[in-house]
Amino acid sequence: MKFKSLIAAASIAALSAGSAWADAHMDKVKVGMITTLSGGGAGLGIDVRDGFMLAAKMAGNENLEVVVEDDQRKPDIAVQLADKMVQSEKVDVLTGIIWSNLAMAVVPAVTAQGKFYLSPNAGPSALAGKGCSPNYFNVSWQNDAFNEAAAMWANDNDVKNVFLMAPNYPAGQDMIAGFKRFYEGDIAAEVYTKLGQTDYAAEIAQMRASDADTIYFFLPGGMGISFMKQYAGSGVDKAVMGPAFSFDQGILGAIGDAALGVKNTSHWSKDIDNAANKTFVEEFQKEYGRLPSLYAAQGYDTANLLLSAMEKASVTDADAFRAALKEADFESVRGKFRFAENHHPIHDIFMREVVKEGDVVTNKIIGTAAADHQDAYGGDCKM
Amino acid sequence: MRREAILNIVLFLLLPVTAGAALLLDEPFIITLATKAAILALAGVGLNIALGLGGLVSLGHAAFFGLGGYAMGILAAHAQSYTPLMETPFLIEGTKSMPVIWLVAIVVAGLAALAIGALSLRTSGVYFIMITLAFGQMLYYFAISWPAYGGEDGLSIYVRNGFPGLNTLDPIQFFAIAFVVLALALLLAGRLARSAFGLALSAARQNAERVETVGLAPYRLRLVAFVISGAITGLAGALFADLNRFVSPVMFSWQTSGEIMVFVILGGVGRLYGPVAGAALFILLEHVLGGLSEYWHVYLGLLLLMVVLFARGGLIGTVAGREVAHD
Amino acid sequence: MTTILLIEQILNGLQSGIMLFLMAAGLTLIFGVMGLINLAHGSLYMVGAFAAAAVAAATGSFALGLVAALIAAAAAGALIELVVIRRLYDRDHLDQVLATFALILVFSEGTRWLFGSFPLYLDVPAALSGPVTLPGGILYPAYRLLIIGVGLLIAVGLFALIARTRIGIQIRAGEADREMIAALGVDISKLYTLVFALGAALAGLAGAMVGAIQSVQVGMGEPVLILAFVVIVIGGIGSIKGALVGALLVGLTDTLGGVLLPLGFGAFMDQSAATSIGSALASMSIYILMAGVLLFKPTGLFGEG
Repeated sequence: MKFKSLIAAASIAALSAGSAWADAHMDKVKVGMITTLSGGGAGLGIDVRDGFMLAAKMAGNENLEVVVEDDQRKPDIAVQLADKMVQSEKVDVLTGIIWSNLAMAVVPAVTAQGKFYLSPNAGPSALAGKGCSPNYFNVSWQNDAFNEAAAMWANDNDVKNVFLMAPNYPAGQDMIAGFKRFYEGDIAAEVYTKLGQTDYAAEIAQMRASDADTIYFFLPGGMGISFMKQYAGSGVDKAVMGPAFSFDQGILGAIGDAALGVKNTSHWSKDIDNAANKTFVEEFQKEYGRLPSLYAAQGYDTANLLLSAMEKASVTDADAFRAALKEADFESVRGKFRFAENHHPIHDIFMREVVKEGDVVTNKIIGTAAADHQDAYGGDCKM
Repeated sequence: MRREAILNIVLFLLLPVTAGAALLLDEPFIITLATKAAILALAGVGLNIALGLGGLVSLGHAAFFGLGGYAMGILAAHAQSYTPLMETPFLIEGTKSMPVIWLVAIVVAGLAALAIGALSLRTSGVYFIMITLAFGQMLYYFAISWPAYGGEDGLSIYVRNGFPGLNTLDPIQFFAIAFVVLALALLLAGRLARSAFGLALSAARQNAERVETVGLAPYRLRLVAFVISGAITGLAGALFADLNRFVSPVMFSWQTSGEIMVFVILGGVGRLYGPVAGAALFILLEHVLGGLSEYWHVYLGLLLLMVVLFARGGLIGTVAGREVAHD
Repeated sequence: MTTILLIEQILNGLQSGIMLFLMAAGLTLIFGVMGLINLAHGSLYMVGAFAAAAVAAATGSFALGLVAALIAAAAAGALIELVVIRRLYDRDHLDQVLATFALILVFSEGTRWLFGSFPLYLDVPAALSGPVTLPGGILYPAYRLLIIGVGLLIAVGLFALIARTRIGIQIRAGEADREMIAALGVDISKLYTLVFALGAALAGLAGAMVGAIQSVQVGMGEPVLILAFVVIVIGGIGSIKGALVGALLVGLTDTLGGVLLPLGFGAFMDQSAATSIGSALASMSIYILMAGVLLFKPTGLFGEG
């Protein structure tokens, strides 16, 4: 594979250029966390960081050292921070990136230099398939996962005709493609909106005029908030479904009652019934005074995966450490969790519904959308 | 010697001395920062020709910066995957050679500047600021939604492009390349300012009618300046992409235009070495303040405000006095 | 596409234009009177939305939230005018662009400091939360009709203010000849603070009203700021009439472009390619409109000079 030989060339060149692999410390693990802490989207990075730090604090493992840096959601800053982490901080493991485009900019370069990368969010298809790497472990999800599960749920639950909507950029196109991969019913329309669009009156009018019975959309962050508020005021009464990103705890507070009844797919929910999750939800609220989000859960899982590997192997022995990570011998807050051959998770994806508990708008699990779900790209991955 | 001349020598030596010291101390990341400063200074030198010399306040130079970046990204991506860029009517192959990429970046950015400048220069003042912004935004949205080269995800180039006889993956060698390019651009900009063309351009900035009466067309003078300016900024874009081994539509965003302008202003508008001082200061602040607080943009904003309100000549103006030398 | 749907989309375009006008009116007023480009206008929009969200959450009243938005934005506007902006009137546009760019940085991160990184909750009042039926059977959200109403009222109010009142006369005189009105004994610095606060209040009102159906978050002002600039440049900077016409043009182009372009391309190519090319062109359409207008009228539709 040309792709692979280039990676190999890059890693050899980087090593000969003086990469510091030699002075890695016995048993100590230094983690470089590059995440978004300022500007738009900072809420996600803060949650990942807080979840990670909570797990680190609870474990009390003194051999774990974490350096946190803010990428400002800019790919060029993320790349430079990765250089800094590798060249100056001499970290062993990197983690923290929230956005697919930043992950694509950073991950191939750092894994080629022999560092481990644990993804606490974002799973672009390229890194699950052709561009997979032995040193890259995705602890969150492959981008298509929630959408594939939603499609399976739609097939089983009498959804006959959907209206699809996403922003016009690669993640948006991937999400819709993921849904269409498994969906068997009719598609009334497929609409791509402008990235960052704030007014959806025109799209809502198209929805009203269409004969769809369900709206399926992916609009992360503020876009989803705007859409849901406007949809609720429009009087269109078609069912609404989507991946969890527009209905997470940090966002539901801003949408309010307008989100009630919406179905969304997620690998995590605060009401998943297992001991690890109960402890996590309790401790997170105690520590930070707010409900945890799925990003916080992912940060927490990422730290626990790393801690479990540190118990078993020294990071100086890359092969042993890699094998220890691959075992995924930790209590995931989402319940079942193991890695597929391409180092992406095999886990259950649940269908949640937005409900009101007292005054708080939040999610409740109503069923399993896809059991032991695995991404579709593993076949292209040759490690 | 005048104080500004001494200061210029200090500024010129600042980057290589920093990079050299970092090499001795084995701090390769500092070299990377010095390289970034040199490349951003190059973008600023480009903008300064339009802004300082021509008085053309362009809030759309991200367009040229991004085009340079994508020239690198697209050529290298095709070379990386061994697929030709186009086959009809004639074959164009991708390339991993820096000099070729630079040439393409300069030509593409220059042509774009010719087209954008030809249209925009029909307006003036605020309208010029806004129409250049509009062209930048057009390219930004186009880059995001055009799927062929990664859209918003951008394009990763896994190995830095090559330069004959050098190992570009070695931070200090890549710094040397960037610094030499910057030095050449400074030389060019300095000679341009003192040439008959530069003097006419300066005169047109101060009093367009007077220039017309001696038979020169301000529109054409400005257009030529805008094209040179865009081409240099495009070259900086190609180098910046090579520094990160990555391009994305962020290079086209209006904030990028704003930041390039900030380098020029922090250093001092119309000062030959202004962009060098400004870019170095900006990088320094980003890393010092960024390490102190998550909210470092507040301090950056306040500092910038102070410079605009109370230190109008920028860093160089404050140290070397107000008189801008164009002689 | 059915006629009803097309009419509804045109209505949506007008409505989005009116929302833009609320923002653009203050911007163009400030430029017209003081000759100042204010990039921080989007921050005042954000201040309005955050003030409305905070007060509405505390009191449960949307109306009080709107009042708070007006007051907070006007106060923030007056404050930055006194501390920063008045030093910029006799500077060139470059200094103004930079100083107000710096203000954006301060406002955005300062707001995040105060309110945290998560979007705030602000909803339309319950009485206006549903749709109403318009003639022809079009269902239309009641709150959006309110926005159209308020926008038109403000347009009329501004025209009246400038044409009929004492302040309006001073403003017009100031646009024409700054030294002249100072010589006439008008306290020009007070007038400027007042105009700036008025422009800021309009932005704050827009932020609060639009924030109720969009997302109240840090950085919400920047996309709308750029759109508002496109609007006033198309209309001619400094002209209220131009801002209204420009806003409607931009609103219609943006809305109808997003709907019609993918359909249009669908007529002669396969659907998914048409959707992606159409959407890409639609996102560029308002900038193409602006460049087109400036080519034929380099100072905008109603600009002088």
